[in-house]
Amino acid sequence: MSETAQPTPPQSAHHIDVKEFHPRARAAIHNPQIRQNFRKAMDGLMTKRKSAFEGWDLEALRDLGANIRLRALANLPDLLEQLEQKLTENGIKVHWASDGDEACEIVRDICIARDAKTVIKGKSMVSEEMELNHYLGEHGIEALESDLGEYIVQLADETPSHIIMPAIHKNTSEISQLLHDKTGTDLSNDVEYLTANARLQLREKFMNADVGVSGVNFAVAETGTLCLVENEGNGRMTTTVPPCHIAVTGIEKVVPNLEDVTGLLALLTRSATGQHITTYFNMISGPRKADEMDGPEEVHVVLVDNGRSTIYQDDELLDTLRCIRCGACMNHCPVYTRVGGHAYGTTYPGPIGAILMPHMVGLDEGRHLPTASSLCGACGEVCPVKIPIPDLLVRLRQESVDGDKLHPAKVSGHGAKRGAMEALIWKGWSWMHARPGLYRMGTSLGARFRKLQPGKLGGWTQYRTAPKLAAKTLHERMKERSQ
Amino acid sequence: MVDPIKMYPAKPSKVYFYATCLVDMFYPDAGMAGVQLLEREGIEVIYPEDQTCCGQPAYTSGYHDEARAVARAQLGLFPEDYPIVVPSGSCGGMMRKHYPDLFKDTTDDVKAAEIAGRVWELTDFLLNVCHIKLEDLGEPTTVAMHTSCSARREMGVAEVGPKLLGQLKNVNLVEQVRAEECCGFGGTFAVRHPEISGAMVSEKVDTLVNTGAKDFVTTDCGCLMNIAGYAEKNHKPMDGQHILSFLWERTGGNRSKP
Amino acid sequence: MSSRDTILQRLRNRTGGELTAPECDFSVLKRPDWTTAEKLDMFERTIESVHGEVHRTTEAGWIDRLAEILQSRGAQTLLIAKEHEIGKALKTATQNREDLPQLLVYDEPVESWQEALFTEVDAGITSTRGGIAETGSLILWPSVDEPRLMSLVPPIHIAVLKASELYTTFHEAMHSQNWAAGMPTNALLISGPSKTADIEQTLAYGVHGPKELIVLVIE
Repeated sequence: MSETAQPTPPQSAHHIDVKEFHPRARAAIHNPQIRQNFRKAMDGLMTKRKSAFEGWDLEALRDLGANIRLRALANLPDLLEQLEQKLTENGIKVHWASDGDEACEIVRDICIARDAKTVIKGKSMVSEEMELNHYLGEHGIEALESDLGEYIVQLADETPSHIIMPAIHKNTSEISQLLHDKTGTDLSNDVEYLTANARLQLREKFMNADVGVSGVNFAVAETGTLCLVENEGNGRMTTTVPPCHIAVTGIEKVVPNLEDVTGLLALLTRSATGQHITTYFNMISGPRKADEMDGPEEVHVVLVDNGRSTIYQDDELLDTLRCIRCGACMNHCPVYTRVGGHAYGTTYPGPIGAILMPHMVGLDEGRHLPTASSLCGACGEVCPVKIPIPDLLVRLRQESVDGDKLHPAKVSGHGAKRGAMEALIWKGWSWMHARPGLYRMGTSLGARFRKLQPGKLGGWTQYRTAPKLAAKTLHERMKERSQ
Repeated sequence: MVDPIKMYPAKPSKVYFYATCLVDMFYPDAGMAGVQLLEREGIEVIYPEDQTCCGQPAYTSGYHDEARAVARAQLGLFPEDYPIVVPSGSCGGMMRKHYPDLFKDTTDDVKAAEIAGRVWELTDFLLNVCHIKLEDLGEPTTVAMHTSCSARREMGVAEVGPKLLGQLKNVNLVEQVRAEECCGFGGTFAVRHPEISGAMVSEKVDTLVNTGAKDFVTTDCGCLMNIAGYAEKNHKPMDGQHILSFLWERTGGNRSKP
Repeated sequence: MSSRDTILQRLRNRTGGELTAPECDFSVLKRPDWTTAEKLDMFERTIESVHGEVHRTTEAGWIDRLAEILQSRGAQTLLIAKEHEIGKALKTATQNREDLPQLLVYDEPVESWQEALFTEVDAGITSTRGGIAETGSLILWPSVDEPRLMSLVPPIHIAVLKASELYTTFHEAMHSQNWAAGMPTNALLISGPSKTADIEQTLAYGVHGPKELIVLVIE
């Protein structure tokens, strides 16, 4: 891969200031190309999802999905031990990592032990969490993404802007230009041509890679099986061609039974891209056996915690861990659609990111994430495993201002958003609205002196006229009526 | 999110009317229309004088102590077992869905849950409890409708507005594209993230204008304030009204029931 | 303490208290009993909707059909299994017909011929362990005789499916074949050729795996 010196874009792969949500969101809002790319893509994904569930009892299916995940979470430690035992029996080596750094070290040490210099990667959001590519690069190991979208994003030195469609923020001509600049392909808007070129380049890499790193969609405890969902075949290549396969996965991905996979798969692909099923559903239960002709001789699984066991402590926050990473919440989010994935500055953008990332980066860093929602509820409505995302957003808003003495905040960095002025305003508001006489007097005065109402109300009147107080409140009119 | 099966009560003789603070201060006509529609259906409307706000603005901003103090002041307003009707999906959703959570682990938990079970969004109540029959006395017109997200998703009444408007023979209801998408109000969201909210409402207004309608109706005053306020400031040909005002006007106002 | 023990201990000693596991009702995945003909119609519709190609044929006629298909694509080489009856039948057939491409047998570890596999094989033919009508999927359990890359690396993948081995749903197939009793090294559902929509949601086929998936259904 040719590496030309390029100015680092704001969404470069590491060390993004999550706090700077506002300026990034503003920039995206005023970028017509970004707006158009996301609008078009999200409209398409929403339509496809809808038609994919036609003829289904979707509520019953979502109930099944939620219950499968809740059942797995209820027995999480036992299932992880069972999974470890089964994988080990199957000849797969199991590793445990408390955080992303430890997971990176494990991958690096496996590479070093094999004298591996090149790693080919299948799509894995956990490896994005770990910032694995960056880490391996610093240790002299080249990590190359093979999912076409991830490949494009890596060439651009960016991060994925969507968890399923990483390069969705770019249109064809932007991608064509990028591939031309970085790999020398001709400029073309012919997607077939661009794809065929990527195939050629990546096949070469598959043949020469020392290690393949993939994610996992479901890990089945009863059989010790790793399930991968994909369309391109790069996942199969990654897990079959190199002599060593390392699967990295969050500890919450385990399910008890193989049967569970049927329910979750039915939900996952339809929710994500509106497909009845993806091209490949790849179930791996061991390394190559002695007499087999292909497949990796070594398979490793890295079980990554990275904040999940902390989320697991709280009965309400636990629901965050149901997620099967379909991306439907972002596809249906009116905020995500306007600002795109990079504005969030987090591995997982959109609604799921807003409820998950504060646990990974701290609620002080991630304080704006839970507020970046109108609480319209579209995310919760489409979530295939019924995560009450809006309720969790409200919970995190409460945590970020330490707003509930009855239920003290728990999330790391809580209270960081509590400003003295804002707290005072809400106190005053509460004081007045808890006193009906005072409220009536205040609103009545407001009505009488409504001509003095300010015409400018901050962000509101930037886009709209100020709401107009009525000449008489309803209280007054109802009072007159009863007299 | 929505109760799986809504158990509508039999049509009662009396209801409590919970106006909401936005209706009280900014849209009292909508409130009056709601009261009069109920009365025309032969229902006595009790208007608790001490009502203020459901507490939602503080609740969704994370200030739950403050929200609870305000909400607690509302809990004593509905002593009898009458339904509580609310001309807003948003405030209705706060009371029906979030009061039980807000008062969990307090001595008011039972009371809050009991009240929550009696809360109805007003158009839903008119259609499915009163079985209202509307007679359109207005000139032919075309309107669009925006159902608030809480009306749609928390109160599950997305079908109600179109059904009521469907009873009006001279009203041509047109649907904007992405009708189910949020208008960008979101309470304090509109102030915390003005650009995002502005982008959302601008697209909402465009889709409404593109229907060819000059007017829209909505279930919620927050959306009304947002959408109509944007249209006014940006000189877009789109006027808004609360659906209750519209229904009341179309059916001849306070004429007696035939 | 190791990370393993730390994680497990934190999970076991959660502050939220005991969690109860809900019941899971899988009946939403069940479908009425369909006849083989209905299943085949459904399979054909669903797999064709994702760019798979279905040819209905018979025990006696499939080699003729295969020869036509491969000729129309100009395929020069076809990768076959050594032991499987499909491979054997093809080997026998080539003794007295000229219209089949050169047969290559996958009977050596990939390391010894990886370059050739990636660059010189035009098509691969495999058996299946059945198909799934609802999603248009083929069930493959790669084996010593039919290794994993047979269905992945060549630009054309031909799969032989017996109509009598069609299931309605994945759920039904998994139960009927009792997968939970033991899984092979690798098991696959394949539903169409390799594809991507990563460039502006425009579909393109053959991004990493086969560009074409052709199913010979033996009725």
